Amino acid sequence: MPTLWLIVIVLILAAVGYVAGRQRSLSSVDGDVRRLHSLPSFYGWNAALWALLPALLALVAWQVMQPVVLNLSTQPMLELDAAQPGALGLAMADVRRVADGLDLAVQTGLMSAEGARGIAPEEVRAQLGGMGIALGSDVTPQTLAAAQHYRGWADVGQWLETALVLLLSVGGLALAWRATNAEFRARNSVERVARWALIAAACIAILTTVGIVLSLIFNTIKFFGLYPASEFFFGTTWSPSFGGSSSLGILPLLWGTLYISFVALVVAVPIGLFSAVYLSEYASPRMRALVKPALEILAGIPTIVYGLFALLTVGPVLMSVFGQGGVLGVTWMGGGTAVMTAGLVMGIMLIPFVSSLSDDIINAVPQSMRDGSLGLGATPSETVRQVVLPAALPGIVGAILLAASRAIGETMIVVLGAGAAANLSLNPLEAMTTVTAKIVSQLTGDADFSSPEALVAFALGMTLFVITLGLNVFALWIVRRYREQYE
Amino acid sequence: MTDFTSAGGEAVELRRGQSLLTVDRKTRRRNAAEGRFKVYGLIAISIALVMLVILLVTIVVRGIPAFTQTFVSLDVPLRAEVLDPDGTGDPEVIRGVMTFGYAPLIEEALADAVAETGVQTEIDAAALVQMLSSGVAADIRDRVQENPELVGETVTIEVLASSRADGYFKGRVTRESLERDRNLSPAHLDVLDAMRDAGIVSIHFNWDFVWGADASESRPEEAGIGVAMIGSFFMMLVVLVLSLPIGVAASIYLEEFAPKNRFTDLIEVNISNLAAVPSIVFGILGLAAFIQFAGLPQSAPLVGGLVLTLMTLPTIIISTRASLKAVPPSIRDAALGVGASKMQSVFHHVLPLAMPGILTGTIIGLAQALGETAPLLLIGMVGFIASNRPDGLAEGLLSPNSAMPAQIYEWAKRADPAYYERAWGGIIVLLLFLLAMNLIAILLRRRFERRW
Repeated sequence: MPTLWLIVIVLILAAVGYVAGRQRSLSSVDGDVRRLHSLPSFYGWNAALWALLPALLALVAWQVMQPVVLNLSTQPMLELDAAQPGALGLAMADVRRVADGLDLAVQTGLMSAEGARGIAPEEVRAQLGGMGIALGSDVTPQTLAAAQHYRGWADVGQWLETALVLLLSVGGLALAWRATNAEFRARNSVERVARWALIAAACIAILTTVGIVLSLIFNTIKFFGLYPASEFFFGTTWSPSFGGSSSLGILPLLWGTLYISFVALVVAVPIGLFSAVYLSEYASPRMRALVKPALEILAGIPTIVYGLFALLTVGPVLMSVFGQGGVLGVTWMGGGTAVMTAGLVMGIMLIPFVSSLSDDIINAVPQSMRDGSLGLGATPSETVRQVVLPAALPGIVGAILLAASRAIGETMIVVLGAGAAANLSLNPLEAMTTVTAKIVSQLTGDADFSSPEALVAFALGMTLFVITLGLNVFALWIVRRYREQYE
Repeated sequence: MTDFTSAGGEAVELRRGQSLLTVDRKTRRRNAAEGRFKVYGLIAISIALVMLVILLVTIVVRGIPAFTQTFVSLDVPLRAEVLDPDGTGDPEVIRGVMTFGYAPLIEEALADAVAETGVQTEIDAAALVQMLSSGVAADIRDRVQENPELVGETVTIEVLASSRADGYFKGRVTRESLERDRNLSPAHLDVLDAMRDAGIVSIHFNWDFVWGADASESRPEEAGIGVAMIGSFFMMLVVLVLSLPIGVAASIYLEEFAPKNRFTDLIEVNISNLAAVPSIVFGILGLAAFIQFAGLPQSAPLVGGLVLTLMTLPTIIISTRASLKAVPPSIRDAALGVGASKMQSVFHHVLPLAMPGILTGTIIGLAQALGETAPLLLIGMVGFIASNRPDGLAEGLLSPNSAMPAQIYEWAKRADPAYYERAWGGIIVLLLFLLAMNLIAILLRRRFERRW
């Protein structure tokens, strides 16, 4: 029976369970709700959950396990050349394709069930080819035998699965129905399940982190098996070529990343900080109500927009100043994409980030400190510089570090605005590239995931993950360590 | 006090015998510094606002032209001897005529239209067709296949002009730039001008840009963002269906039930770190976990939705917890006091009261996810032409598609300036969606937010 139908049946059983459980609880006290331990609906939910949960868990477990078990039991039937590493996977893929093809043929009525079981190896390719399932080569008797074995057991497995799931569902329902009486604490049991569901949802955060770390680590280890780690971390040239003999040194990429982030921070930090100070110390409430949301619009604009802005507006403008035939008459800039282009635009993007974080922090400095300073005769700007900012400094440093981590991880602006050439140069008007841009370029397209040129993206991702995580943890640590507690 | 006497001696000196109201040199200096400081702040704010204005104006000015398109109105003779030589009227026969068969008809119609304007030109009919989109023949063929009875008649059809011709009317293409162009020559432009004067060529709103499918690299005039919009819609559906319940459940646990121990600390640290992980890393996760490991199809909106769900969860959890925290404890106490269980007090009283805040946070999280591009690049939602409209939920979730930001990126990468225009236009569509979502969030907050 198809899985979807199985799920529908289990859901129907659960609905039946709800009604039955509720009825039984009511009839056990002759309709006098006051004598029940819990509300009648809890008895219903209890029965429904008993019908639903064990059956669904079994279904999921079976769906995961069946292919694994089938593969293991089919493998010994194939005589394989042990020397070739990929041979097993390829052969199993063939077996599965033949098995699926035969199943499809039976389903669409092209073959009878017996016909599919007794088909000769040399006919398979022609028959399946007719239905649009292309097989690379003629099917060997061995493969066919394995495919028939696979089909047979898959069939048996499906029947067992259906039986088990239905049995669990009906069994759970019966158990819950029997347990239902006036004394049964249905609410406690339902709430226990609900609580576990809440815990499971909270655990997804942990699972995501674990998933990120695992997917990065495994592929990074694979990469370092193909390419020496020392050359990756200390190599000064980046020139991947899918033909082989590529040099994949991360230093030029890191340099580009840090340089662009530096330019972005040089733009964003003064503007963001001064705006925050002005807004929190000088601006009238009216101005604040207008300017703050306006700045936040900058934060809500997607990064692809900034990327396009860098590529098509800022780049050409910079070219017309510093490029050939420009206003200054110099040729410092070879093309529109450069460190400066990406850095300036990224700086604009980070302004609201710096300003709203600093604004919060400056506002957290108690008014009494300002009053004290002003009362001693300091001007407002002296108060800001000598009292407010020192008190807010750890928070502001934390905000800047967070902005830096954002800049390092930013992708779309640098993909579109920074260029593709990996350069180790000091000229901010030259094209450079970053870790994120190279992750994108190495993993898009039809790369096969076993070559070092594609796997290097995971090592780059790992580096990026570690750097940004480190910056974040460091930022939080600074804030916590040096924050003064004002009550 | 010793500090004061040593540092401020000069000031004390100057003050002697003077009115308090006269401004001395030092005070003047301090006041000037005060003024400068204020001006720095104003400059910073104005730079930020000017940047915002420049950005928005650029988007609008460069994107608006993408919504209009140049059309040529032609009287196309659908000759029976070409399309249906035996006069069978059989739709099957008509279907057999390739787009190649329609080309002479279009050439003829265009030559007639040019002749009608009275303009003298040395360009032969075959070269004149360069003014039209190369997809015109396929367009007319589709139309004839839908209504086979049109064969034998002369129909008036509005067809797309080529992107060069379109660019000429929008000011993107100039005569000088066409000198070295092999598709269109300056002589063509004279013809186009004459046709414009005769009313055969017109520019008007192009709905196909909003609802249509992407087109191949050589036909920017046909490209639209509609299919990518559907891809985005399905992704947002996945994000909403998964992240709202999971996010709310996780926040309820952390805010209402979790005991203070190592395990909940671990969850909290994880959530705050995930909120700061670069989005591209989530793309790597999607590639490795969902596509390589779980074997889900590449480029599918389902995978995109899953990745974006993981990305938005921290945002939603953080905002949900804030709105749960804003519900005063007296509500919980009252519920517990009349005999509700902890679970009942949360689900029957706290959660409904926190719901407006939760929805606001969710919509803002969705808006963020809608504009996100980087992870989509890694799971393969770029690099192909999203031309098929999915029918049905399953196909919409599983068949390859693009998404709005990925489509914009794709257009920005194609070197043709006509595609840059479309990229800006796509950004307008994307920003309108974001604007609408944020407005809904703001309205929700205004309408339902309660101060306790």
